[in-house]
Amino acid sequence: MEGAAASDAVLGRIVREDSGRIVAALTRSFGDLDVAEEAVAAAVEEALREWRVRGVPPNPGAWLTQTARHDALDRIRRERRFREKLAVIGVDEPAPAPTEPDERLPLLFGCCHPAIAPDARVALTLRAVCGLTTAQIARALLVPQATLAQRIVRAKRKIAATGIPLRIPEGVERLERLDLVLTVVSVMYSQAHLTADAGAAADRDLADDALWLARVVAAALPREAEAHGLLSLLLFHRSREDARAVDGELVLLADQDRDRWDAALLDEARYQLERAALLRRPGRWQLHAAIAACHADAASAAETDWFQVLTLYDMLLGYDPSPIVRLNRAVALAEVDGAEAALREVDGLARALDAFHLWHAVRAHLLRLLGRVAEADAADLRALELTANDAERRIIEARLTGGR
Amino acid sequence: MKYVIMFTDSPESYADVSAERHKEIYQRVWDWFRVNDAAISDSGAQLQPVSTATTVRSGPDGPVVADGPFTEAKEVVGGFSVIDVADLDAAIALVKTWPEFDLPGIGVEIRPMVTDYSQFE
Repeated sequence: MEGAAASDAVLGRIVREDSGRIVAALTRSFGDLDVAEEAVAAAVEEALREWRVRGVPPNPGAWLTQTARHDALDRIRRERRFREKLAVIGVDEPAPAPTEPDERLPLLFGCCHPAIAPDARVALTLRAVCGLTTAQIARALLVPQATLAQRIVRAKRKIAATGIPLRIPEGVERLERLDLVLTVVSVMYSQAHLTADAGAAADRDLADDALWLARVVAAALPREAEAHGLLSLLLFHRSREDARAVDGELVLLADQDRDRWDAALLDEARYQLERAALLRRPGRWQLHAAIAACHADAASAAETDWFQVLTLYDMLLGYDPSPIVRLNRAVALAEVDGAEAALREVDGLARALDAFHLWHAVRAHLLRLLGRVAEADAADLRALELTANDAERRIIEARLTGGR
Repeated sequence: MKYVIMFTDSPESYADVSAERHKEIYQRVWDWFRVNDAAISDSGAQLQPVSTATTVRSGPDGPVVADGPFTEAKEVVGGFSVIDVADLDAAIALVKTWPEFDLPGIGVEIRPMVTDYSQFE
């Protein structure tokens, strides 16, 4: 059934591009995110069946919107007091014109509200804004489907019951809330890497969705420097993808074949970082992107400007003094001030990061540089115990057996 | 929407507060209620200290009366108010200006009130 594969591909594109918009529009019409979101999910399922049999309709986006709208009406009618509700919402009136530049943005800010539990923010965003099915999200986040479905339902109920507005916040509130949105997008991207081995071929690549979402946010909020900063960061990461994962094996930054970095994505990443800088509102995502740019600018790992990297990490600590940032900074510190200074810094993070496999892996790397092989092996063994990712495990194992 | 906001504090909140500072905070709390008068209904209350609490609990042989608050939690409810504002963001914005946040161990819980009882019919 080649027609099926073709219609599935079209549907995949339409879902990503349009489902968030339709959820937003229906939420506005019916005043109920839960109904809107369930209706769009049902319409997507119907499209999957219908389009395989009858082919893709001439205007697939409009088809999906109409089908979802009818489904939402059915849902509302099925509710016990549908007469009152119909009277209140004036069902046949067209939805009022959106006042926001991109109506997915208010929806996104609602899904990433601080009153929603952090792990639910990612799940709800993937479902309501990106249009992933609950099964796809469960596989991507390595969570049992029932648990994930519960998490999404609870979050949707909380939005409705507690009156969380689907709105782009104004003023000083905007920056704080935008950072929560950007964090969700970033977590989404990192999650794709964590679970790269776990996904079936039919699954959506979460990294693609995250990159797409970062573009949507930056396009809708062109004056927000950090939105461009995060987009730039994800583009830098994405540009290395072909060099980072080779035949299912993970290649560390220092060992990557830099000719395999995607030049077009690198250009776009640099352009986004420049756009952000022109707005003169520095922030942590721009600094992360600037660090990625340092690596991108070096023709080889040996030519990396580590002093610049270290300086940027020092600035980053001003925005985000978390142990993870300090651990990453220590890697740059080793290159500038030597492994001994870096190891002191890393050992100072023991309490915070003892359960984090990369803390042990970085320690092992530094201990090896200092010739303390037995301690390095012990640290690598601990990292091995703690990592859940097969590709990372193979890198550490190779280091344990060969790289002495 | 209507929300109940519950003001909680901890033993450390007022541990190092001088009588003068206490008076000053109380004055600002007073002002806060006056300034936000339009959003706050009359049905709130400041509570006597937690040492005055009596709890009645279900037991195997019927309700049991005991000294003390509901839980062993450090934070105790010191008062509550009912507010009527547009949405949760408006409630959060209002609560963020609560004067006691200058002190450690202060929390304010925001809970929407049930206003549509049809869901229980």
